[in-house]
Amino acid sequence: MAADAAPVRARGLVKRYKEVVAVDHVDLTVRAGDVYGFLGPNGAGKTTTLRMALGLITPTEGNVELFGRDPMRHGARALEGVAGFVEAPRFYPYLSGHKNLQLLAALDGANARQRIDQVLDIVELLPRAGHRVGGYSHGMRQRLGIAAALLRAPRLMILDEPATGLDPAGMRDMRLLIRRLADEGMTVLLSSHQLPEVQELCDRVAIVDRGRLVYEGALADLRRQGGAGYRLRSTDDARALQIARAQPGVERASGGEVGIAFQADEHAVAQLSLALARAGVGILALTPELATLEDLFFRLTEDGHGDDARLQATAAAAAEQLVEAQ
Amino acid sequence: MSSVGVAPAGALAAPRFKRAATLTVYRWELRKLVSQKRTYLGLGLAIILPLIFVMVQSLRQHHDHGDNIFASQITQSGLATPVLMLLFLSVFMLPLIASLVAGDIVAAEDGNGTLKTILTRSVDRGQVFAAKALAAVTYATIAVFLSAAVATAAGVAAWGFNRVITYSGTVVSPSEGLLLVFAANACYLIPLIAVASIGVLLSTVTRNSAAAVVGAVGVTILLFIIAQIPGLEGIRPYLLTEQYEAWHGLLRTPTNWSPVSHSAWVCALYAAPALLAGYLVFLRRDVAGG
Repeated sequence: MAADAAPVRARGLVKRYKEVVAVDHVDLTVRAGDVYGFLGPNGAGKTTTLRMALGLITPTEGNVELFGRDPMRHGARALEGVAGFVEAPRFYPYLSGHKNLQLLAALDGANARQRIDQVLDIVELLPRAGHRVGGYSHGMRQRLGIAAALLRAPRLMILDEPATGLDPAGMRDMRLLIRRLADEGMTVLLSSHQLPEVQELCDRVAIVDRGRLVYEGALADLRRQGGAGYRLRSTDDARALQIARAQPGVERASGGEVGIAFQADEHAVAQLSLALARAGVGILALTPELATLEDLFFRLTEDGHGDDARLQATAAAAAEQLVEAQ
Repeated sequence: MSSVGVAPAGALAAPRFKRAATLTVYRWELRKLVSQKRTYLGLGLAIILPLIFVMVQSLRQHHDHGDNIFASQITQSGLATPVLMLLFLSVFMLPLIASLVAGDIVAAEDGNGTLKTILTRSVDRGQVFAAKALAAVTYATIAVFLSAAVATAAGVAAWGFNRVITYSGTVVSPSEGLLLVFAANACYLIPLIAVASIGVLLSTVTRNSAAAVVGAVGVTILLFIIAQIPGLEGIRPYLLTEQYEAWHGLLRTPTNWSPVSHSAWVCALYAAPALLAGYLVFLRRDVAGG
């Protein structure tokens, strides 16, 4: 394992299912210590990318390296220091939670077996550890999945929708756990639909859409690129909207139930306020609003999408399901 | 989730990578088999059928001995029973029992999505495949010897531990007869391992337990049919199903090793390509289920 190699480095990653391109030349770099959010609509190719990262499926083109090792070339050795799960974690339903972890610990070797009770305690499954997994709820299986991943004492944790099926308290605890893992120096690659969760936890993100990477970088940069937004309440919102739309440097001006919203730099805001005063429109409130990840996500993944784009996304999702069914 | 959180830094420090031994993976394959109800379906048949046979024969007033020398001794020596059972079960039932597990062993993990769980641990795909193939063979071995043991025990209990006459008309002592029963079953394992290998291949390729089990049994039926087609007598010695009777050579004096050695290499021609193909498919396949 190269000491300075990135925990995840994908270059030119492509996965094609006959005519359908599920992942299209994706480049990703997850750096040590990142809590890296991996976002995209359903069928965007997130899970396929994670499967390729874990060596479960073979890329059509390109490669992924985990700490400098390609799972396709190095096999299990490439997963040294790596743990996680793709989609819902799966276990042997006829074995107890404890037996399942014993099995996985046996496959992991080293001293994994000695950590079983510890990781079960972390996910609060110790009291139910002797019960068959077949009787576990979805949330309990998710937690067992986390326990199974922790068993490997990984330096990189790959989590695909870990909060799915958890109740609000479970989701909160999952966030806390991820935060604490990150604080201990663990790199986390988190695929999630929970945008507030990603916004809260992640420092870097990648957004994929229809198999293609549409953004990769720091979340703060993305939000800055999203432009500074403002909300304005005035004595005449309709007139204020007209003036804002005509004002150079003011973009995306739109009316709302209360006031208007727009994007502009500080200089354009100053010019707009003067223009409003000249027009006799009084400013009641002018407040800055930073774009949320959700705004930016939808802007990046929905802008310019027509029916063809939606069809292609659906086809990619269907192709993934087809492979699962095979 | 515990708000107690994660153990202090360092408590979960990453261990040095150490790949699990294939023997460890194999042991866990056996444990999984032991924990599944379906495992006992085949073993149950291997136990029940000899018991039914002995009960029915014990209740019959007249025995139709037919042409088989062991059938004619059924009430004289309990050691005739395991030989007759092997004769009956070897054609269809034992291949079916072997196929039940061999056809399921990879496909079931695929269907449950647990293949991705074990393939993201410190174990290579080749090790997992080898362990599964070994477990399938182990199960077939246990089924054969369990059936033989039950048949022997039931036969001896019903008709005594007496001398037995072999195919060549030689009378052998009870202890020698017992040894021959063991050897005959061991010899029958050779084609059965080939059946299990085909089952493992189909399990890997089809990713469907039912299709793989039916497919493996179907191969046996197909080869039986081929053996009956006039004009194909030339290939008959090379059919897998013809090797099911190779053990007869061991029940002669002097021992006829020719069918046994012939069976060994013919079965290897079925088992080795099946296992190699299954291995290569398993190494290269996309694991997308679950």
